Amino acid sequence: MNTDVFISLAYIVSAVLFAFGLKLLGSPATARKGNLLSAIGMLLAVVVTLTSRHIIDYKWIVLGLLAGSALGVYAANRAKMIQMPEMVALLHGFGGLASVFVDWVAFDSHLHLGLIATVSIYLSILIGGITFTGSCVAWGKLSEKLPGSPISFPGQKLLTILIFLAVVVCGVIFIGFPGHHYTVFLILLGLSLLLGVLLVIPIGGADMPVVISVLNSYSGLVACTTGFVLDNTLLIVAGALVGANGVILSIIMCKAMNRSLINVLFGGLGSSTKKSVTETGEAKPISAEDAFLVLESAKSVVIVPGYGLAVAQAQHAVRELGELLEENGCDVKYAIHPVAGRMPGHMNVLLAEANVPYDQLLEMDAVNPTMNMVDVCIVIGANDVVNPAAREDEASPIYGMPVINVDEAKTVFVLKRSMASGFAGIENPLFYKENTRMIFGDAKSTVQSLVAEFKSAAE
Amino acid sequence: MEHLIYLLFILALSVFLGFALISRVPPLLHTPLMSEANAISGITLIGALVAAGSEINSTLTIVLGVFSVGLASFNVVGGYLLTEKMLKMFKKKGQ
Repeated sequence: MNTDVFISLAYIVSAVLFAFGLKLLGSPATARKGNLLSAIGMLLAVVVTLTSRHIIDYKWIVLGLLAGSALGVYAANRAKMIQMPEMVALLHGFGGLASVFVDWVAFDSHLHLGLIATVSIYLSILIGGITFTGSCVAWGKLSEKLPGSPISFPGQKLLTILIFLAVVVCGVIFIGFPGHHYTVFLILLGLSLLLGVLLVIPIGGADMPVVISVLNSYSGLVACTTGFVLDNTLLIVAGALVGANGVILSIIMCKAMNRSLINVLFGGLGSSTKKSVTETGEAKPISAEDAFLVLESAKSVVIVPGYGLAVAQAQHAVRELGELLEENGCDVKYAIHPVAGRMPGHMNVLLAEANVPYDQLLEMDAVNPTMNMVDVCIVIGANDVVNPAAREDEASPIYGMPVINVDEAKTVFVLKRSMASGFAGIENPLFYKENTRMIFGDAKSTVQSLVAEFKSAAE
Repeated sequence: MEHLIYLLFILALSVFLGFALISRVPPLLHTPLMSEANAISGITLIGALVAAGSEINSTLTIVLGVFSVGLASFNVVGGYLLTEKMLKMFKKKGQ
């Protein structure tokens, strides 16, 4: 049996391991095994590829492998859970750039490319370039090295459209006319890199879960098109799996914000011209001591965390409060909105890190039907995802967005720094409801004082 | 042309498989899912290995080859380790 056949057979095993790994990710009990199987599949693919007869010189490979792996280990060990979105963005970018380089080598070393390879190289460079710089901008925004708010300048949309047209022209020359168009290739690469920046800078920090998901699907797509360039079926299968992943997560995120993908990527929020009914009324503040008395007699408590909880680093204090409530005979659950945090599932990871058992982490749809039986709902660092205006006020910019119906609980505590509105600047009538009490101050110190009250009462 | 159809056939079935598998992953695990997907997209590494080790060697292709191997292996190693790091934290009550 020659090595080419052997390699192809091993690739089939790898593809099956990737798919099986994703299947096992369907439950937290088997997820680690799934990740391990997937990694074994990858190792197998790499090892058999190294036996390929096309590889003659190993010194550069070893250099790249050692440097990349060492940096990978270093980065993974150092990354904190709150930094996960920016790490993932960075990885997307690197994946995109790696594919661009692979395609560049393929283009450079073959003077006569077939139609399939030419079209695939064109698509790879375009998507790979956008993925790389787009991810870099997303990384900058998430790590706060760039301002999180949308960046725009006069003529931005026009410039983006012009670049897009230039990309199409490049495509016509690159694919339609015979010859080895190196200059067009380089122009295309430059334009794609520029396009990646222009597409992501106008998107605000709160929409990052969608951007990350879209970039995820791009990084899969570019692996896929590279598979067509190299005529490699494993790249096509793996790329398609990743692409599907990005698409599904993008759809889930958009649904959770009740916006279309086009609206998130190309249009800003708050275009509604109708004047929203401004809620009149007064927010009723409550002290931590009084809040404790209410919590002490509560039989069921639902905690709704938002990104503000993670920013305040309050998750450990919250877990402690949850445990004290349970010792007091209270049922404690956490309700997680799909877009809470800066990437899909981010809030779950942050709470798991604080040792909150995952069976207490519930999805919005599981919590909402039982909300009227809940004694106390504690909203920590969340705002728009609990805004009842999404249900009640047709003029509200977030009208129609699915929210956690905290206002249906008997009592709602909102932990908040001040009365300022959320990132989108949308009024939240929840604060003025009859059953809402505001606890002002830093989320972490508020929760800590509640914990202290419980402890002193137990003594 | 026949070969293209064959590749597209594989693509279509893989996309379908991806949708079927991933729609069953609970939102609880979406962050680890994404970082594992990230690691899988590092599969471009196998293309990079051939690019960095083949016989046609100009300085440009060597540099591109080494960087593509480095970036892709960062993606693979970093992606799988991050996923493991996160999944390790998910515990059931009393576990």
